[in-house]
Amino acid sequence: MRTEYPVPLAPFGQQLHTYKDCTMAKIGVFICHCGENIGAKVDCTKLAAAMGEHPGVAVAVDYKYFCSDPGQESVKKAIRENNLTGVVIAACSPRMHEATFRKACAEAGLNPYMCEIANIREQCSWVHTDPEMATEKAADITRSMVEKVKRNNKLKSIEVPVTRRALVIGGGIAGIQAALDIANAGQEVVLVEREPTLGGHMAQLSETFPTLDCSQCIMTPRMVEAAQHPKIRLLTYAEVVGVDGYIGNFHVKVKMKARYVDTESCTGCGDCITKCPNKKNSSEFDCGLGKRTAIYTPFAQSVPNKPIIDKANCTYFKNGKCKVCQKVCELNSINFEMQDEFIDLEVGAIVVATGFQVQDNSVYGEYGYGKYKDVINGLQFERLASASGPTFGKILRPSDGKEPETVVFIQCAGSRDPSKGVRYCSKICCMYTAKHAMLYAHKVHGGKSNIFYMDIRAAGKGYDEFTRRAIEDDEASYLRGRVSKVWEENGKLMVRGVDTLLGKPVVIAADMVVLATAMVPQPDAKDFAKVVGIGYDEYGFFNEAHLKLRPVESSTAGIFLAGACQSPKDIPDSVAQASASASKVLALFSKEKLEREPVVATNNETTCAGCWGCVLACPYNAIEKKDILDRSGKVIKRVASVNPGLCQGCGTCVSFCRSNSLDLAGFTEQQIFAEVMGL
Amino acid sequence: MSEPFEPKIIAFVCTYCTYAGADLAGTSRLKYAPNVRIIRLPCTGRISPMFILKALQKGADGVLVSGCHPGDCHFTHGNYHARRRWTVFRALLEFTGIPLDRVKFSWISAAEGAKFAEFMNSVTEDIRKLGPFDQYKELIKETEAPATL
Repeated sequence: MRTEYPVPLAPFGQQLHTYKDCTMAKIGVFICHCGENIGAKVDCTKLAAAMGEHPGVAVAVDYKYFCSDPGQESVKKAIRENNLTGVVIAACSPRMHEATFRKACAEAGLNPYMCEIANIREQCSWVHTDPEMATEKAADITRSMVEKVKRNNKLKSIEVPVTRRALVIGGGIAGIQAALDIANAGQEVVLVEREPTLGGHMAQLSETFPTLDCSQCIMTPRMVEAAQHPKIRLLTYAEVVGVDGYIGNFHVKVKMKARYVDTESCTGCGDCITKCPNKKNSSEFDCGLGKRTAIYTPFAQSVPNKPIIDKANCTYFKNGKCKVCQKVCELNSINFEMQDEFIDLEVGAIVVATGFQVQDNSVYGEYGYGKYKDVINGLQFERLASASGPTFGKILRPSDGKEPETVVFIQCAGSRDPSKGVRYCSKICCMYTAKHAMLYAHKVHGGKSNIFYMDIRAAGKGYDEFTRRAIEDDEASYLRGRVSKVWEENGKLMVRGVDTLLGKPVVIAADMVVLATAMVPQPDAKDFAKVVGIGYDEYGFFNEAHLKLRPVESSTAGIFLAGACQSPKDIPDSVAQASASASKVLALFSKEKLEREPVVATNNETTCAGCWGCVLACPYNAIEKKDILDRSGKVIKRVASVNPGLCQGCGTCVSFCRSNSLDLAGFTEQQIFAEVMGL
Repeated sequence: MSEPFEPKIIAFVCTYCTYAGADLAGTSRLKYAPNVRIIRLPCTGRISPMFILKALQKGADGVLVSGCHPGDCHFTHGNYHARRRWTVFRALLEFTGIPLDRVKFSWISAAEGAKFAEFMNSVTEDIRKLGPFDQYKELIKETEAPATL
């Protein structure tokens, strides 16, 4: 008879047996008819009789519905009465009812991980026509599971402590919403923004669809609220440069870029900005349409309202002379010696809300973006229409400052274009183009707007009504077709396109052309995804764990997504996803410790040779090198040690292990060989 | 032989893609050959070549390994490890004289129930054409090495 050789205690106290004495097994086999679903194809009574003969099986019964209340009760009763050491439920897929039956087993006093499901519905009765062969297959499947269960180990769920502090990366509307939701629930938040101010793209917008309320009027109070919230620690002009650890226990490194202005002492009086002689720098916030000084705040309502020095353009940094700002600053807040600093954070959950960029339109040479000053993109039009913009809300041509009498809007300039742009629909352009046409009609009376479109995609609350208003009340002329060329002639921009509904080519003499540019991921999104440890799609948008059922979780446990970093989104969708992420974070923080399935690798340290093949194989960096010391504290050898918090239980390391020291709880070598032998 | 030969095939699949694909074939009530027995694993990366050899030793006429498509692995790159291991393992199979046709490797996602059913049929047909895998059984008989655990 084989005896048990317990391996040394695994780091989290699980004990996996390399050899297990199965002669004392008392397995209960419960065969479910699932009404007619299984019963019609598989002869359950015959199956139960056959299983009853199998060595180690103490009970084998069939029943109409084991998942029903009386069904579960009968399983529990059988466990108690027969002192069962393991349970096999031959029924539907484990994806259906594994949790149900494991709970039932636990209630009857049996370790829940001593219960396995034999899938004789989805993978047998539903897919086979011949009852005899189906019964034979069901017997094989069930027997194989019985052999596995005999070698199951009494596992314990793993508990990992949770640091109740969240990190939100990105201070646009999605990041602010997530941070506020988490903070308002009483949990600490660190909000990191890489620009000098909160606000993101939403702060740049003029009015928002479909209500036409002023974007800054709804955005800036949110920014202030986030900055002043006692539970939120705000880090602007900062970048996340490293993420280590795992759900509940992330270690994050943040780079605080040098502002050259001490934010502690600076009051934001703005004297330095007014006196700065270097005034002709292109303003990023105004998308190049306005100018700013070298020491600046991106816009008047910046949060925090503390200036920064643009090192690349500052006269002092370029020539070594100037320091006007330092001279005028009464608080001595200017410090030209400032260096980048790094800070370390401990957080339990991360919300990634890094947003998007607009596509570079210069790929469309035929539209003349970059060549003609009056061909602008949608975001630039927002700045023109914004009361805080370079023209104080007047729609004026960037070239000569005149009011345009005719404007052509070109939709899908980049979106839905596999040849030059991106294949996806950017989702918001139909709506903002309609909004632009309306704002233009309201601000320039008698102005004529022409919109070239492919389809009007206005799905959303109040959205279709909004585009109808643009057409009916504000007389936007929609032309279904594409534009082939834009060129300059006698001070006008000639737009040649086609009206497919009339089947005729059209040429429009316009004063300004606005391109509804595609939303694309941040240029460094893919690199950033690698820093954080999440997946991304072919474009660089971050991947959700499941497109339909887990749309706000990334594939890495404890990291959530919000806003346009996941896919093009409008403001309501971004806010909704941010709140959803926040609720996921709060659910995570509702417990002191996390429980998870104990399907993790364990290492036998006595046989481990320390070849580190497993370290190479592990996708999660879950395997660490551990020193084995003797009594005097001398290192005898170094072995692999699996961190159960990081291990996700794929088992790649197990098949990699040269000395057979690693094994995977729940899917041990012995269990799988037994399954094969049982077939 | 009057009755057609019914091969016994053992499949090692990952729980996230192919096992879910098999479930989908079930919920879609697709019909396929009942010759394949599935063993569920967390990831194809968990599949050791020893499992395949064990299955053949146990008397399987064919073995198949199936997981997530490249790039879709739930565990980011377990399937790449499986693929690499498979290319090396093929050489070993060739060396030992086990026909490569008896071991199949494929990618079937959780959404490909129909592909799963088709694949089961085609594999069964292929193995049926090859006939029973007597070669290995003969060998076991010769060496009198009993196929026990």
